[in-house]
Amino acid sequence: MSLALSVFTIVCVFLGAVFFLAGTLGLLRFPDTLTRLHALTKADNLGLGLVVLGLLPQVDWPLGALKLIAVWLLALLAGATVGQVLGGAVRPPPVSGAGESTP
Amino acid sequence: MSMSLGLVADSFLALLILGLAVWTIAVRGTYAAVVGFVAYGLLVALIWVRLAAVDVALTEAALGSGLMGLLLLRAVACLPPDAPAPASGRVGRVALRVVVGVLCAGLTAVLAAVVLQLPEPAPSLAAAAAQALPTTGLGNPVTGVLIAYRAIDTLLEAVVLVLALIGLWSLAADGAWGGRPGALRTREPGAALVLLAQLLPPVGILVGIHLFWTGANHPGGAFQGGAVLAAMWAIVLVAGLAAAPRVDGRRLRLVLVVGPALFFAIGLAGIWWADAFLGYPADWAKPLILVIEAALTLSIAAALGLLLAGPPASEPGPGGQA
Amino acid sequence: MSATTIFGVCAAALVGLGLYGLICHRGVLRKIIAFNVMGSGVFLLFGVIARRGGLVVAGAGPTADPVPQAIVITGLVVAFAATVLAVALLLRLAQATGQTTLDTPAPPPAPTGDR
Repeated sequence: MSLALSVFTIVCVFLGAVFFLAGTLGLLRFPDTLTRLHALTKADNLGLGLVVLGLLPQVDWPLGALKLIAVWLLALLAGATVGQVLGGAVRPPPVSGAGESTP
Repeated sequence: MSMSLGLVADSFLALLILGLAVWTIAVRGTYAAVVGFVAYGLLVALIWVRLAAVDVALTEAALGSGLMGLLLLRAVACLPPDAPAPASGRVGRVALRVVVGVLCAGLTAVLAAVVLQLPEPAPSLAAAAAQALPTTGLGNPVTGVLIAYRAIDTLLEAVVLVLALIGLWSLAADGAWGGRPGALRTREPGAALVLLAQLLPPVGILVGIHLFWTGANHPGGAFQGGAVLAAMWAIVLVAGLAAAPRVDGRRLRLVLVVGPALFFAIGLAGIWWADAFLGYPADWAKPLILVIEAALTLSIAAALGLLLAGPPASEPGPGGQA
Repeated sequence: MSATTIFGVCAAALVGLGLYGLICHRGVLRKIIAFNVMGSGVFLLFGVIARRGGLVVAGAGPTADPVPQAIVITGLVVAFAATVLAVALLLRLAQATGQTTLDTPAPPPAPTGDR
């Protein structure tokens, strides 16, 4: 049983690390801010989620597990907010009317 | 000699931090340097964990990276770009850089040599600190040093925060004196930021109080808890959910000085109770320390938040001029 | 080779780097950032010495000497307060003169004719 749990942990944390790697690659290689943000938040949300999921069998129930889940939820909240704020900062202002001919 | 996995990770971390520091110093744009410094601060917090100094890691992450990042980002947004260097004297500047670079490399070499030749066994006060810790009723030796053995440092530091705030406020324009600090106000906070400012503070305040409370026996304490509380206040200010208080408010000033004042008063009483300034009577040490730490947490949170909020900005006060 | 040696040499390099940036940068905000890099190098040297002085407790994880740790916590808070003050002075300087460096200010364009 404990061997199965250990394998579960290793697989989940490894998958999480793969997501972090992919996200970092996207952050470095994607062409503009919005796609980079997309790569980054994917990595944070899924990667951290998988790492937390993998660690759950290794900590004390229920307090340690709740702490880990709280960390993930807080990271989700922060990541989503930062994504919105940065996206709003780089988004071009909405085009009104004909667009090009404004002085 | 084979390197263990931990040493490989430590070497990688050290290289990453050095690279980030070089980038922070060398990069062209000031904004990029600030972003680099924030990331650098977070990684330095990891070094503190690896050095078994979790109390310091918490302080570094909350203060050295978090609050400092907010401060520096705000400064970059307010400042005009640096004027280009005059073309004359270019050769002289390059020569100066080379000389300074050589001298700084020399300083690094000397410090590294000192590190490599540190005495063995290492001099340490850890045993002495652990031995006397039961008399304070605390379980965390770092809190014991901060609040009992070296209480004078901590008292002066709490006073330094108030002095820094007085210095900051005295930079206000004459007409703005007594008004509300306005540096953290955002012109149009987005809906996401407002939502964060509504959701996060209840959790963050709980975490701040927990850090203060658990600091007696585990990593944490007044400074870490106060920094988290100040960060929550800063989020609320940035999102525009509340305005910063007027700096001439009496209640605000009371909150700012209650920590250092109580610390000083209990310290003075120690002259009679415990035969030493800042000494605690044996049976009362733990409750007195908790009272001091609670008041300090409150004062530190208020001082840090107001330090971030900047000097009072011009605004029409009641009866003042527009 | 041990972790304290690695981080100690890293801290020594950070002190040199920060000092270089402090002297060579023209922009004051860059100087402030470099000063903080130098400061964190100094703090890390304290951390290395604390870790070396840690007690060996059977059954517990690694520990560090609490005295340097407490001094670093004090130092971090004071460094933050000093940085706030430095940034505020810089913002005031920029507000008053439009300058963000410590170069000798160019002589103001003298009003012609009334001298």
